[in-house]
Amino acid sequence: MDFSSINPALLIASLMVSATPILLAAIGEAVAEKSGVLNLGVEGMMIVGAVVGFIIAVNTNAPLLGFICAAIVSGIFSMIFGILTQYLKSNQVATGLGLTLVGLGLSALLGRPYEGMKSPTLRALDIPFLGDIPVLGKMLFSHDLMIYFSVFLVAIVWWFLKFTHAGMVLRAVGENHDAAHALGYKVVRVRMLAIMFGGATSGLGGAYISLARVPQWTEGMTAGAGWIALAIVVFASWRPWRVLFGAYIFGGVTVLQLNLQAAGASIPVEYLSMSPYLITIIVLVIISSRGNQGAPASLGRPFHASS
Amino acid sequence: MYIKSVIAGAIASVGIAAAALAADVKVGFVYVGPVGDYGWTYEHDQGRLAVEEHFGDKVETVYQELVPEGADSERVMTQMALQGADLIFTTSFGYMEPTINVAEKFPNVKFEHATGYMRADNVSTYSARFYEGRAIQGHIAGKMTKTNKVGYIGSFPIPEVVRGINSAFIHARKVNPDVEFNIVWIYTWFDPAKEADAATALIEQGCDVVLQHTDSTAPQAAAEKAGGVITFGQASDMAMFKPTPRVSSIIDDWAPYYIARTQAVLDGTWTSTDTWDGIGPGMVGIGEITAAVPADVKAEALAMKDAIASGDYHPFTGPINKQDGSVWLAAGETADDGTLLGMNFYVEGINGDVPQ
Repeated sequence: MDFSSINPALLIASLMVSATPILLAAIGEAVAEKSGVLNLGVEGMMIVGAVVGFIIAVNTNAPLLGFICAAIVSGIFSMIFGILTQYLKSNQVATGLGLTLVGLGLSALLGRPYEGMKSPTLRALDIPFLGDIPVLGKMLFSHDLMIYFSVFLVAIVWWFLKFTHAGMVLRAVGENHDAAHALGYKVVRVRMLAIMFGGATSGLGGAYISLARVPQWTEGMTAGAGWIALAIVVFASWRPWRVLFGAYIFGGVTVLQLNLQAAGASIPVEYLSMSPYLITIIVLVIISSRGNQGAPASLGRPFHASS
Repeated sequence: MYIKSVIAGAIASVGIAAAALAADVKVGFVYVGPVGDYGWTYEHDQGRLAVEEHFGDKVETVYQELVPEGADSERVMTQMALQGADLIFTTSFGYMEPTINVAEKFPNVKFEHATGYMRADNVSTYSARFYEGRAIQGHIAGKMTKTNKVGYIGSFPIPEVVRGINSAFIHARKVNPDVEFNIVWIYTWFDPAKEADAATALIEQGCDVVLQHTDSTAPQAAAEKAGGVITFGQASDMAMFKPTPRVSSIIDDWAPYYIARTQAVLDGTWTSTDTWDGIGPGMVGIGEITAAVPADVKAEALAMKDAIASGDYHPFTGPINKQDGSVWLAAGETADDGTLLGMNFYVEGINGDVPQ
């Protein structure tokens, strides 16, 4: 067995690419769930973002614009879920699943003319000085903008939920919507905004798959990444930095096991293949085993202003 | 009274018109990926479209894409049978047992399962000798690799995939004794992101040729992004990646088979059969070898293709040893189909084990 062929710098670099779509989707879903909304439509919002980002990037030759449009369109798309569940009081689980199905179908329709086309990909940033550091430069400072943005976004969400008044209102709405309503907070408005944020970041995550990770458009290309993101939110007990940690562990073990296979490790392939799921769950359960890690108390419950 | 009879007459005539429009035979297709994968499922769907075009109104086709292998596929097949399908093609290895189960419940519906080995009175099997195409890819890969490392993305460790690896390896080694194969199993037929990750991992390990036995074009895109890597189209031409990274391809041509089997149902002559055709009968095609391949290598590859097509050359011709060094085929001996269909071992020289 020869592991010298596995270059840790390249491994970390691939890990971040592999984890970013899940991270983006999961951080948005974490905010939505913190406000008490369980949106199972992540997969659908991601794939809409993937196709919209791809279409815009191909037509304008500007991948960054593709990302922006993906976020906007997926944010609007998530409003289908928002209006149905918040105003028309439909069941969140069923509506979320419906959103996924609609997203998969809609993206297939929109994407048909773009199958097999190539997209302009996001260039890696050329960071002066930092990018020239040996090993570390390649590992951490040679990525495209979206990777840094995703980490920045986690920091913003953490700061927002923990230190801002609006963040506290959002959490209050998620913990006890009746009490929040009695205090005069606009429960439905807060939730609509949280759903829209979740849609926008899911769209970014999807676009990252079609514009950076693969990069091309193929029908059904998110292939379950949205469900992984949903699971990571739960196992990370709704905490932003743990979401980042979970996504990176998942992405990291995925990439590592592929590299181990490619390097000819004598570990049975079956164990390697299940390792990303297993290790991510075990690690997150262990770090979440202490303290109060419960789900937002109003998660998934419908809100009636009359009650 | 008069109006009533007019309405009744109108309804009756609409009924007759509808009956006249109804197709004689309804053919269902169950796909594991999306029809737009530009690989495996895309080619099966091209076959379906060829059936529609060939028979016109006489045949109606229906299909369901992205059907997971296993229990869920039984539901899809049952639904198709209940909707009146006379012939159902189930086009992935993992549909094997579900197909047999559903076929038992619908003895009057004919089933055709691709790449499997379980048959019944109303279940046929069919597959293509992809390993013939793999031999040609192996030859080109062995000649063209500069790092002497060839990457191979495997889906599931089933005989069909193992056979392809062995065939490619034997022919790569034949022209390049230093070549090594790095094999990665990803346990899915279709997951573009994972396929791209696997290709990237192999490329980072120094592979400058990547072969894939998965269904999407993502490994091609990853290879193109990395640069300096060659690939081969899998199951479909994947022509959008010409002239590099894709330098050639294996194309599955199911259309003639699908038309012939549908015709058999129309004629009432359908019987359970086992079909396994290769380059000769045209079920396996070799896509254009691009200018990125040196002319002499291209000529050799085409000569091999002709020899395989005419039956002069069998890709598994001895002497070939198994991985453990024991003799599998003596000099001049060719593999029998039974061994090939159940192949679960690597040939001598490949590193690693076949996951069991």
